[in-house]
Amino acid sequence: MAGADGDDSLYPIAVLIDELRNEDVQNDTETQLYSLKMYSIIHIFYNTIYDEDEVLLALAEQLGNFTMLVGGPEYVHCLLPPLESLATVEETVVRDKAVESLRKISQEHSPVDLEVHFEPLVKRLASGDWFTSRTSACGLFSVCYPRVSSTVKAEIRQHFRTLCSDDTPMVRRAAASKLGEFAKVLEPEYVKSDIISLFTALASDEQDSVRLLAVEACVSIATLLPQEDLETLVMPTLRQAAEDKSWRVRYMVADKFSELQKAVGSEITKNDLVPAFQNLLKDCEAEVRAAAANKVKEFCENLPEDNREQIIMTHILPCVKELVSDTNQHVKSALASVIMGLSTILGKDNTIEHLLPLFLAQLKDECPEVRLNIISNLDCVNEVIGIRQLSQSLLPAIVELAEDAKWRVRLAIIEYMPLLAGQLGVEFFDEKLNTLCMAWLIDHVYAIREAATCNLMKLVEKFGAEWAQNTIVPKVLGMANDPNYLHRMTTLFCINALSEACGQEITTKQMLPVVLKMSNDQVANVRFNVAKSLQKIGPVLDSNALQTEVKPVLEKLATDSDMDVKYFAQEAITLQS
Amino acid sequence: WALQILISDSLLAMSSAPTTSPSVDKVDGFSRKSVRKAKQKRSQSSSQFRSQGKPIELTPLPLLKDVPGVEQPELFLKKLQQCCTVFDFMDTLSDLKMKEYKRSTLNELVDYVTVSRGYLTEQAYPEVVKMVSGNIFRTLPPSDSNEFDPEEDEPTLEASWPHLQLVYEFFIRFLESQEFQPSIAKKYIDQKFVLQLLELFDSEDPRERDYLKTVLHRIYGKFLGLRAFIRKQINNIFLRFVYETEHFNGVAELLEILGSIINGFALPLKAEHKQFLVKVLIPLHTVRSLSLFHAQLAYCIVQFLEKDPTLTEPVIRGLLKFWPKTCSQKEVMYLGELEEILDVIEPTQFVKIQEPLFKQISRCVSSPHFQVAERALYYWNNEYIMSLIEENSSVILPIMFSSLYRISKEHWNPAIVALVYNVLKAFMEMNSTLFDELTATYKSDRQREKKKEKEREELWKKLEDLELKRGLRSDGIIPT
Repeated sequence: MAGADGDDSLYPIAVLIDELRNEDVQNDTETQLYSLKMYSIIHIFYNTIYDEDEVLLALAEQLGNFTMLVGGPEYVHCLLPPLESLATVEETVVRDKAVESLRKISQEHSPVDLEVHFEPLVKRLASGDWFTSRTSACGLFSVCYPRVSSTVKAEIRQHFRTLCSDDTPMVRRAAASKLGEFAKVLEPEYVKSDIISLFTALASDEQDSVRLLAVEACVSIATLLPQEDLETLVMPTLRQAAEDKSWRVRYMVADKFSELQKAVGSEITKNDLVPAFQNLLKDCEAEVRAAAANKVKEFCENLPEDNREQIIMTHILPCVKELVSDTNQHVKSALASVIMGLSTILGKDNTIEHLLPLFLAQLKDECPEVRLNIISNLDCVNEVIGIRQLSQSLLPAIVELAEDAKWRVRLAIIEYMPLLAGQLGVEFFDEKLNTLCMAWLIDHVYAIREAATCNLMKLVEKFGAEWAQNTIVPKVLGMANDPNYLHRMTTLFCINALSEACGQEITTKQMLPVVLKMSNDQVANVRFNVAKSLQKIGPVLDSNALQTEVKPVLEKLATDSDMDVKYFAQEAITLQS
Repeated sequence: WALQILISDSLLAMSSAPTTSPSVDKVDGFSRKSVRKAKQKRSQSSSQFRSQGKPIELTPLPLLKDVPGVEQPELFLKKLQQCCTVFDFMDTLSDLKMKEYKRSTLNELVDYVTVSRGYLTEQAYPEVVKMVSGNIFRTLPPSDSNEFDPEEDEPTLEASWPHLQLVYEFFIRFLESQEFQPSIAKKYIDQKFVLQLLELFDSEDPRERDYLKTVLHRIYGKFLGLRAFIRKQINNIFLRFVYETEHFNGVAELLEILGSIINGFALPLKAEHKQFLVKVLIPLHTVRSLSLFHAQLAYCIVQFLEKDPTLTEPVIRGLLKFWPKTCSQKEVMYLGELEEILDVIEPTQFVKIQEPLFKQISRCVSSPHFQVAERALYYWNNEYIMSLIEENSSVILPIMFSSLYRISKEHWNPAIVALVYNVLKAFMEMNSTLFDELTATYKSDRQREKKKEKEREELWKKLEDLELKRGLRSDGIIPT
């Protein structure tokens, strides 16, 4: 067999090498790598001639899946040299991918191979000259640590320590970001003896970009320590971080607050985190306040139940009240996105007395995003006090959003319409909101018209065909005579969306005649949309209507002078036959 | 500027006025972002972490010129201490009197360090540094919007500038003063000080960055012991900028300083400096906001090449490696920089990189984006480059010929076609035998290329067939 295949087996490799050396790198990296994978010619990568980062990235990723292709776990270490060189590349995405692949294949090493091949690589990277290799090393300690002997473990800890106090901030950042992960694989005694001092040092680094990463590590470290040690080993650092002079660090604390809260437990939460949280809610930088405001609900939810209500009422709610009239709209909208959740925690009476005024104030906020966030979370309040309490203020807010100058705001409110309609009931809807829903159909922005069509469909699903026949179908069909062809097309789009929900009878008797009539429209776009519509509503119609009414019209359209009309008519005919 | 925005806003409002349906767009989505953003109130910001909220009281001191010479150093110190008080400028109404008092005191100090003699006692150094640090070192406030785009958006200005400017002014006069002794100052102006100073270069306020540039330049000039440290930290800032954040406002200013630093490098260049060029300056070309600092960057690169011409090859190869694939504006910048490099290139270096270089230029010349093509074709107006091309026409002409020939027939832009004709004409005059040869073989060359392309496709097809046939059997192949 070897003889017969002899030429063939070398041939693809020759082709590959030739293709790989091709200068036009854009040609199909994907295919190149796919073939590489099949033939696993590692030595080509090893002396890789590429310097194109895109290729290197793909290479770094593929090599992580190569174990079987190089002969299984026994040989997996031969993937290390190319990955090692990729882990020293400048481009961050390439390096990260290489580290990811190294982490993956580290699991496929036997314990012996790990010590003989993998661990020396980690050490080489950790003591590399250029910062890139040292940053890569940071991500590899935790994957080999659990599976090596205690002497090697000691070395690894030493290397990690060194990198935590590296000269370049890039390396310290990498170490800080892996601190939590590394702590998790360490034996408890070393967490206390090693990690805590590193954590403290990184948390007071001169660069705020390093300090803020220590906050993240704080969560993991706190979960690893027994409760009684937290106060002395972690809390001083955390307190300091919550009052750091850099807003980025304080922001990080606010951002991770729920995790921190869970990690340190209820006692410390009560004594330390509540005041810290109050401070963050009152922080002088809006970014920090917004991050903290985002956590209000989660924080309150996770407070110890025994005096949750008291803490919220006396400590948190006063800050929340202030945030409602914050000067910064991001803060207000962050708060608006969670504040409704407090009602379930505080119960009916407190909600009516304390929260309702806040909701109402936010519904009148000048910033549309704030109002939108309140409206989009109505369901939480609905469960507790019912939506009627709000409906008086709700309506003006909805109307205003519906006419907002920014189409994205209008789009967002349309998307909540079905939900609102469900909660407010059909009468309220008919009386107050129906006109709005119809007005959106003639919006200047296509995306709004499209969403309005989709909204009608959902409303019909909710309120039923009879409601549709009485309230919206006549209006939609009336638009078929509009002088503006965009509005006429909207009729067609609505019919496309509504026919199924309305059922055969309405579709055949009311909608179909209108569609057929529009086949004589003078605008070609309308005509080819007629063809499309006929194709769409075909399944809803009975075969008689299809044969006697639809088919002749489509056949006429198929001879239209316009190319597109012809095309879509043809398409509809083929699909229906 | 604000006025202009007002006008354009009202224009917008007018243009949308006639169509008054209930859901009319009050702001049209196609207006420039900067116009739309003008509605935001805050165009000023400041780090607010320091303000205490209570009114500040400073006891007015007599003017320095009003006291006898012997008492002046003492009073100078007192005034420095007073100026350590920092005011909240975001609150425009608070402490108005004291703000004014501090302003006039700072003004007085500026004048005083400029003209007085004998005021700089040893005790004054720590007080000066303390006052300057206390005022300028602060965590910069978060940017106004998350997607602050330096090319599009107006920068947020520092609210406390009325004081800050005078502090900077004072510090520069202090550093430049004839009495200033670096040997004493180095105890206070140390690595930590410099680090904080460098962080301030991220300020959005261009006025502040301008002052910082002068300050850092003076410090670099006077404190020899800090030079290596400053360079290393700038390195770190750039690397972070390129590979981590893509955001740092002061890159242009730092590069400007580096330009003059590079100018002063001793020969032969240290490995550290070469590494800086290859691993930091070249990758800076990849950043999205290149246009904001490209001029300064190109200047630095050229400075390096003038120092050591042997660096030409790695630099040009670096540029070719990072050559923009989709961004035409950047491509034009690269071409501009390349021309600057070619202006100073030594013929021996030129020969080393001419092939890859002209392969790229030939690609640029045939770019469908006429600005790119035009920029590349302008090289032929450069006498020095022309002389280099002429010397090496036997190599360059074959590389360029097919692109030029094709564009002369195909390019959509008549100006480009005209330029290409000139270039072809120049080539013809340079080496008419080769030119004729290439013209004669153009068609057959094209056909050969097409054939080769087809062969390649077939090879791949064949390879895929093989793949199917062999399937997973190839798992067994282990590389040697």
